[in-house]
Parts: sequence; structure tokens; C-alpha cells
Amino acid sequence: MTNGIFGLHGKKVLITGASSGLGKAIAIECAKQGAEVILVGRDIDRLNATLSLCEGSNNWTIQQDLTDLNGLSQFVQNLPMLDGAVFCAGIIKRNPIKFINPSTLQNIFDINVFSIVELTRLLVKLKKINNDASLVMISSVGSDHASLGNISYMASKGAINSFIRGLAFELAKNQVRVNAVLPGMIKTNLTKGISDEDLKFEIERYPLGRFGQPEEVAYACIYLLSDASKWVTGTKLVIDGGLTLR
Amino acid sequence: MKEQFIEKFKEVVEVESVELTLETNFRELEEWDSLAGLSIIAMIDEEYDVVLEGSEFKNQNTIGDLINAIQSKIDGKA
Ligand SMILES: NC(=O)c1ccc[n+]([C@@H]2O[C@H](COP(=O)([O-])OP(=O)(O)OC[C@H]3O[C@@H](n4cnc5c(N)ncnc54)[C@H](OP(=O)(O)O)[C@@H]3O)[C@@H](O)[C@H]2O)c1
Repeated sequence: MTNGIFGLHGKKVLITGASSGLGKAIAIECAKQGAEVILVGRDIDRLNATLSLCEGSNNWTIQQDLTDLNGLSQFVQNLPMLDGAVFCAGIIKRNPIKFINPSTLQNIFDINVFSIVELTRLLVKLKKINNDASLVMISSVGSDHASLGNISYMASKGAINSFIRGLAFELAKNQVRVNAVLPGMIKTNLTKGISDEDLKFEIERYPLGRFGQPEEVAYACIYLLSDASKWVTGTKLVIDGGLTLR
Repeated sequence: MKEQFIEKFKEVVEVESVELTLETNFRELEEWDSLAGLSIIAMIDEEYDVVLEGSEFKNQNTIGDLINAIQSKIDGKA
């Protein structure tokens, strides 16, 4: 395979949430572009299923609950030097304001925010990130674009949008780039709670007339991980079929 | 559980127009809207530790349906 400017040959890329949905597609597509991928999630069977779909022989899986912050240090120590990372593990919970309490909020923030900040801290502190590396955080257009009951999820993704800006600034001295991808709706395990009726209503809001495919988010990640985006940092790349045009 | 659930339902959806019974079709209530739907799902999660998916919820129309769904999930866990 030729390694064009969008190629990922020779790059070691950590991908969290690789056992399902977007993270799975990101892993498969990055491997197709030549990356060596390290797949992280809690469900080892589904992780191995992703692994079996990844091209190349230097890929592997690590079973890790990323909200187990005490276990993260050991997890990071065992990692090789990285050229890239995609932080894709995340959850959603629809709670109207009357049902948001410190414990429901904590649940969402534990994985969507705290695990990401702590993992990043350890990667930096234990010097696991090569100069020139690229970090990609999967945020959501939902950070800024309201849908009913999504307040805590919105807030968690909003936190990530700001986090990448500060981090990009701080890591720039090492030529490490940090960007976010903000997808619109893509049918995965995450969206299975939404009824068909609501989905039908929802799809009307997409100018391009359909929801996205997991691969379409993966292609954005490939761009941000590749040398094609060497001068891109702190950006929020919206991939949403035009949802937020209006 | 029946009376307690009806009380909670009234409180969450802010039903004032009618008395609620097991047979009440909640989707026809004047106060019913999508926020009410999300609130009922969240209330059931908070009070009974039962998660109703949107796809399950859409098949339920009466207060009795909801109570049966909660009960069968609680029994399933036991
Ligand atoms: N689908 C959409 O429409 C959409 C739109 C915008 C943004 N997003 C974002 O995209 C990301 C992926 O979503 P998805 O749609 O692919 O959802 P998904 O199919 O439910 O996948 C979620 C992934 O996160 C992992 N995960 C969750 N909690 C974890 C934990 N404590 N430790 C380790 N891994 C954990 C899961 O791993 P296990 O199953 O192995 O535990 C799974 O691989 C999320 O951040 C989500 O907010 C999705």
C-alpha cells in the first residue's frame, strides 16, 4: 500500500471505545491506512472482534475500564510510545433537569470527561506521546446543539471542547496537536434508546437527508491523525450532514 | 406500588386535568409531551432502578402498562 499524505503507516495509535460503534470503525479504518492500532474497551470479546477486522499484524487489545482511575497508571505504563490517540469511549444518558443529580452527573462525567483528562495527564507525564503526535477527542454536535433531555451529555462534551483548546495550546511546544471531532447522529449502540418514531422525526433535520455512517467519522480521524493536518490544532471538526447549518 | 407510582407520575408530569387510574392512556393527557416522556423514563430509572428503552416505552400507553413493564423488569432481575 502507498502511504500518501493521509496515510498512517508507521504510526502507533491508541483507540478507546474500540469495541463498538464509532471507535470500532475508527480502528478498522486507521488500520486500513497502515496504523498499528491499540484497541481499548471493557468488553474483551467485542474488542477481539474488532481486532480480527483490523489489517496488519501489530495490533492488539487491552481490556480496561477507563473510569477506574487508579488502574490507569499501570495501563499507561504498559503502553508503547504513541503517535496518535483517539478518545472515543463515552456514554449518553437522557435526563431532564429535574432528574440530574450529583450521582447521575458523575456517571456521565466519569467516562466522558474525567477519564479523558486523567488518561491524557498520564500519557504526558509518563512521556508516552511522541513529538509530532496527534490526539483526537470524539466530542459531539450535541455539545452546542440542544436536544431534549441531553443536558448532562451536552455539558460533558462542552467540557471536552474547551479541554482540547487548552491542551492544544499547552502541547504545541512539542508539536503535539489536539483536535476534536463533532459528529451528528450515527446509529450505534449509543443511540439504541431512541425510538423509531423519534429517529424519523430527527432525520428530517439533516439537510443531507440521512444520518452518518461510523466510517465517515473515522475518515475525519484519519485526516487529523495524518501528516495532512500537521498545521491543524485546537479545531473542532463538525461531521453532521449539515444538521447545524440552521 | 400502584398508588405510589400514580402519585409519582402525577408529580412528574404535573397532571391536574384528570384523576389517573391504571386504565388512563397517558399519551392522551393534556399535559403529555416528549419532555414528559423523558421525565417518566428518568423517574422510573431513579425510583425503581429500571431502564426502559425508548423502543419499549413507545409500546406502552396506559399507566397499567408502565407498572407491568417495571414489575416484569424487577422480576427479571431477581
Ligand atoms: N453515535 C452517535 O450518534 C454519536 C454522535 C456524536 C458523538 N458520539 C460519541 O462517540 C463516542 C462513541 O459512541 P458510539 O456511538 O460508538 O457508542 P457505543 O457504540 O455505545 O460505544 C461506546 C464505546 O465506549 C466504550 N466505553 C464506555 N464506557 C467505558 C469505560 N468505562 N471504559 C472503557 N470503555 C468504555 C465502550 O466499550 P465497552 O462496550 O467495551 O464497555 C464502547 O466501545 C462517544 O464518545 C459518543 O459520545 C456518538
